[in-house]
Amino acid sequence: MKLVIAVIQPDRLTEALERLEKNEIHLVTVSHVLGRGRQRGVSAVYRGHKEAGSLLKKVRLEIAVNDAYVRPTVEAITAGARTGQIGDGKIFILDLEECIRIRTGETGGVAIG
Amino acid sequence: MGLLGMADAIDKGDTAWVLVSAALVMLMTPGLAFFYGGLVRKKNVLSILMQCFIILCLVSIQWVTFGYSLAFGPDKGGLIGGLDWAFLRGVGAAPNADYAPGVPHQAFMIYQAMFAVITPALILGALAERMKFSAFCAFSLLWATLVYDPVAHWVWGAGGFLRGWGALDFAGGTVVHVNAGMAALAVALALGPRLGYPHQMSPPHNLPFAVLGAGLLWFGWFGFNAGSALGSGGLAASAFVATHVAAAAAGVTWAVLDTVFNRAPTALGMITGVVAGLVAITPASGFVGLGGALAIGIGAAALPYFAVAFLKSRLGYDDTLDAFGVHGVGGLWGSLATGLFASKAVNPAGTDGLFCGGGLKLLGVQAATTGIVVLFAFAASWILLLLVKHTVGLRVSEHEERVGLDLTQHREAGYTLVD
Repeated sequence: MKLVIAVIQPDRLTEALERLEKNEIHLVTVSHVLGRGRQRGVSAVYRGHKEAGSLLKKVRLEIAVNDAYVRPTVEAITAGARTGQIGDGKIFILDLEECIRIRTGETGGVAIG
Repeated sequence: MGLLGMADAIDKGDTAWVLVSAALVMLMTPGLAFFYGGLVRKKNVLSILMQCFIILCLVSIQWVTFGYSLAFGPDKGGLIGGLDWAFLRGVGAAPNADYAPGVPHQAFMIYQAMFAVITPALILGALAERMKFSAFCAFSLLWATLVYDPVAHWVWGAGGFLRGWGALDFAGGTVVHVNAGMAALAVALALGPRLGYPHQMSPPHNLPFAVLGAGLLWFGWFGFNAGSALGSGGLAASAFVATHVAAAAAGVTWAVLDTVFNRAPTALGMITGVVAGLVAITPASGFVGLGGALAIGIGAAALPYFAVAFLKSRLGYDDTLDAFGVHGVGGLWGSLATGLFASKAVNPAGTDGLFCGGGLKLLGVQAATTGIVVLFAFAASWILLLLVKHTVGLRVSEHEERVGLDLTQHREAGYTLVD
């Protein structure tokens, strides 16, 4: 089992979700996050004062998958989120120790699906 | 017979307009709450809304019990009104010829109440995000009583000494805006900057709120300025037009300045310009024509723009929401500009300013009046702040400031993370 974490451009979310759906990955958690990378931020100006150390808005996806689904997940996110510009984001893949479905108490690979 | 006589003297159109104007000006304080509330950080939004509303309550009570009498009651030496009208004794349906013939005295009183409310509320832009609620309430009540009421008497009260000099202040350029603006500067200096200012400040948490608030202020300002005609005739219409034109000109000017200096017209800049234009036209609104209104509007954006974008960072004081930069600087410009653009052709009860053939006399009177209000407002506010500092204390603790005033002063949160 793996945990796939992707940080992508907010406006690419719909596309990424649609492609995940097509590859039969239905379970995903989405959150708004702030961050910075190599992309230069557009600094906001308030009454003539530039905002210090501005962070950019991104969207973070968390998807727990069985090993066989890692590749389709990564492909779907990459295809959906890529614009070719700096700031498209990153995908991290972590080993996942355990997964428990709260309703039934099932554990492991069955619980993820 | 007496009652019938009173009823005959009352003009229904004038009374209707003054009462509607009172309601319009009342809405400015909640409007200001949203204007200021949108500009602070999430953790302090309720503290701003609360401060505006508590002033609406506290000063209204102060006004009907003794404030109105101090400001407008029978004159004592040109400096203050007596307590003869405390608890509205003798303030009834019969008009008062000194202030508003044709309008019930109570209508004039409640109209003026809304001015007494919003003036201390303007100050809170300078003390936002760090002042104790108890200290805020104490300071605001003291300020309303010992600064606003006397200044209102000097400029507007029958027998007030500045009124005797021939100073023109149609709707409150000195009484409201210069007065509050100077108090704002005093309070910003007395409190000191917020933690982390200026390098670690978060941007405004909800600019759409601020835009909504500015819209409400603009709307209410028609009551503020056109209502100050205290009647529903030609003068009200002229003041209405001047008010609108100045606001529009100032909004456009600020957007242009933003584009020149920051490469983009900002929404916050535009609404700041609009408010500055409304501030500056306030003393002049009943005395200037179209040209004067346009010129005052343009100056009202240019001067506060440099005050908030350059002067503030140069001098280092933390006027959180630019109460001094917009109301103080805009009010100063408006009061002086009245001496430039006032015209008897617009209002025969006024005086001709420098550009209308009146020479330097009016400008001199405006400068002297404004100077007195500047000095008095700053010094008196400073003394009141010292008094509050050594009794209740002015600032919240460092920990409380970090957590935010909403939780620490009011035990609630403006926004929750979970449903």
